[in-house]
Amino acid sequence: MADAPVTTERRSTAPLFSWAKPIVFTLGSVAVTMLGLLFVTFIIGRVMPIDPVLAVLGERASQEAYDATYKAMGLDQPLLVQFFYYLTDVLRGDFGMSILNARPVSEDIARVFPATLELATIGIIIGVVLGVPLGVVAAVKRGSWIDQIARVVALVGYSMPIFWLGLMGLLVFYGILGWVGGPGRLDIFYEDIVPARTGMILVDSAIAGDWSVFRNAFSHIVLPASLLGYYSLAYISRMTRSFMLEQLSAEYVTTARVKGMSEWAVIWVHVFKNIRVQLITVIALSYANLLEGSVLTEIIFSWPGIGSYITTSLLSADMNAVLGGTVVVGLVFIVLNVFSDLLYRVFDPRSK
Amino acid sequence: MNALNRLLTGAALGFAVAVTAVPAVVAETPPNMLVIAHRIDDLTSMDPAESFEIAASDALRNMYGKLVNLDPEDLSAGYSPDLAESWEVSEDGRTITFTMREGITFHSGNPVRAEDAEFSLRRAILMDKTPAFILKQFGFTPENVEETIKAEGNKLSITTDKRYATSFVLNCLTATIGSIVDKELVMANEVDGDFGNTWLKTNSGGSGAYKLQSWKPNESISLQANPDFYKGAPAMERVIVRHVVESASQRLLLERGDVDVARNLNPEDIAGASSAEGVVIEDELRGRLMYMALNQKHPELSKPEVRQAFKYLVDYAGMQNSFLKGQYTTHQNFLPKTYLGAVDENPFSLDIEKAKALLEEAGVGEMELEIGVREAQERIEIAQAFQNSAAQVGIKINITVGTSKQILARYRARELDVYVGAWGPDYPDPHTNAGTFAYNPDNSDEANATGLLAWRNGWDTGGLTEMVDAAVVEGDREKRAQMYRDIQAQFRETSPFIVMFQLTEQIGRQENVSGLSLGGPITNAAYWTVTK
Repeated sequence: MADAPVTTERRSTAPLFSWAKPIVFTLGSVAVTMLGLLFVTFIIGRVMPIDPVLAVLGERASQEAYDATYKAMGLDQPLLVQFFYYLTDVLRGDFGMSILNARPVSEDIARVFPATLELATIGIIIGVVLGVPLGVVAAVKRGSWIDQIARVVALVGYSMPIFWLGLMGLLVFYGILGWVGGPGRLDIFYEDIVPARTGMILVDSAIAGDWSVFRNAFSHIVLPASLLGYYSLAYISRMTRSFMLEQLSAEYVTTARVKGMSEWAVIWVHVFKNIRVQLITVIALSYANLLEGSVLTEIIFSWPGIGSYITTSLLSADMNAVLGGTVVVGLVFIVLNVFSDLLYRVFDPRSK
Repeated sequence: MNALNRLLTGAALGFAVAVTAVPAVVAETPPNMLVIAHRIDDLTSMDPAESFEIAASDALRNMYGKLVNLDPEDLSAGYSPDLAESWEVSEDGRTITFTMREGITFHSGNPVRAEDAEFSLRRAILMDKTPAFILKQFGFTPENVEETIKAEGNKLSITTDKRYATSFVLNCLTATIGSIVDKELVMANEVDGDFGNTWLKTNSGGSGAYKLQSWKPNESISLQANPDFYKGAPAMERVIVRHVVESASQRLLLERGDVDVARNLNPEDIAGASSAEGVVIEDELRGRLMYMALNQKHPELSKPEVRQAFKYLVDYAGMQNSFLKGQYTTHQNFLPKTYLGAVDENPFSLDIEKAKALLEEAGVGEMELEIGVREAQERIEIAQAFQNSAAQVGIKINITVGTSKQILARYRARELDVYVGAWGPDYPDPHTNAGTFAYNPDNSDEANATGLLAWRNGWDTGGLTEMVDAAVVEGDREKRAQMYRDIQAQFRETSPFIVMFQLTEQIGRQENVSGLSLGGPITNAAYWTVTK
């Protein structure tokens, strides 16, 4: 009897531990991944043959000014010491100041990331809504005209430079037809009208109930988002087709048909259900790529997103900004990976 | 599968309807608003004591008044009264006393006083940011500013360490760093003794034609007209400078009427836009020079005949008429055209035989050199054109292309054999370029005078340094101009610099926009003169 309380205690903590274990493991792996990402990016940033002091002072700087700034930026410290200071700042949510515009990097990121998030989200919606059905139909009607179209769409999506396609899109739909807005997120007349709550203009204007701003923002986002959506569509439709073909040749499909199930039920209830898990990975990766920021699209459409922010910062040797942007992009990948894992658990009974 | 077909068709139709339902964009900017497409990613600060980039200088010129300034409608007249209505020079030539104009207010409503001018100039010296050298060259230091820059009543006096040409001092005061800031407002926003620098980076405290409404890095600058501007309220109530990187995008915006001015059109888009209805292309000579420099620490390049030979290996006319067409014109002197003392003598042209003869005279046979060039298309093409000419005389050129920071770091460390780069003047006085191309008082490595182009190329100027020193204190304007002409004549023949071209900026504008001055070679853009 003396052992009974101990047994009870073991029974009560074991389920708790088994529940917490994957969370702890996930959080641990996220932390280690982030630390590795930070360390590698930091070291690359410091050993790159570009001079952050000249970025601050400009070409005319005297040697005295150069030396003073070098020290003030902490560049005279050993690399590991610099990294330690940086890490402690990041843990406090401080990415440091942009050495170019002297604003907090976190503020800059809070400004540019929603622009990319808005663009990427619409892009991935277009990619999924059109790409998945296209891939399914192409697989089901293998060799038909629609399959040929799906292949051409995918081929063009893979081979056409986004830069060229973007410019052509602007020329036709903005320059000639005038159907969409030009480069930028809004026409100048609509800027700063709605308060920035999320930084995503479509969302902010909807919250404010200002539909004229919403329409204008939509007219500006529709072309770059369609462009990004098209590239996602090309990838998603190709992968969907491939997954579907693999499943359609499986015996359970023949069995289902022999049992007299409708073609609709065979495809959507049985086959599509089985490719969901693979599709989640494909979609999550596509979304992550879009959230990383498409530099060329952002340049052509003057879209102030995180891709062009990181690129401009890199070319200007603004390493605080580059590191901050890289951390955010890394986080996006990690969050989407974790989210995919969670969906696996929901959709794939084996993982339970 | 009918359901699938319906789904696909529906999605496609829905998307098409969504797109076509969007109304066409407005095809004209409002009559009281000026919208400019420009690359503004070099902009790092809106504090006039700190800013040193083109995009910021354009905006700041419209936000701040100075003691003296250049009139955008008559740039050739030189400096003229601005916030100071007059000035007097002491007998020893060292002290200039300015009398402030009465009745002018800052955007905040505070009056513009001599005390504000005193604060602004002292602040620039005490903060000691990059452009401070423009004022520090007169001997102002953090230790002596209380003695050398003094306000009394509505008069401000500045005392230099020695006698300088008055024109030199006043020209320097027309630079951005000479901007007069609102002392009360700026100090009210001071943090940790920063003289309001953090606040002024993103705000304005001036008395100019416009005040800063917002600056979103890499997005836009928005300026709001100052109705109390002492020269009269500007016709354009708002000016918006939008950051548009791509030339083709700028052209589309211009042709659709969504911007009034496009400032970064490449030659192809200039040619295309010139035939567009309602669009006018304008050329404006700018101060930027394209040059090649030969490192004098290289034993062969330091021979006078080799320096001469290289000047005959550049195909000036060929480049000007091909890939630089419309954007650069041949100019072989360190003072840009329109500067005091500028000359228009261009004695060198491509002459392979002459170059060969000079190299033989120097006893130089085949050799291999490295040219450093940053990743700008026209510079790379210049280096390639030179590589081609040099190959004809047995010189192998290896071109190293890098980011501006990479190449610049090696140039400043005197590591490159040859450098292809550009140089723009810092202020509208000939000393700005003479003091760097032809001035090098100590050529030793220990001097570390990385700010001087002559030092970077290891060039002992052979007497030009003293001539530059003399010219900068000459009070007689015509004599001074002649001194710079003489310096340039010697410079052309002896220097290791091959000055090749002067920039011509080509912009596209709507035909209803008039009165826009970009500032020519000597200053920055003025928006308050624009009308539609």
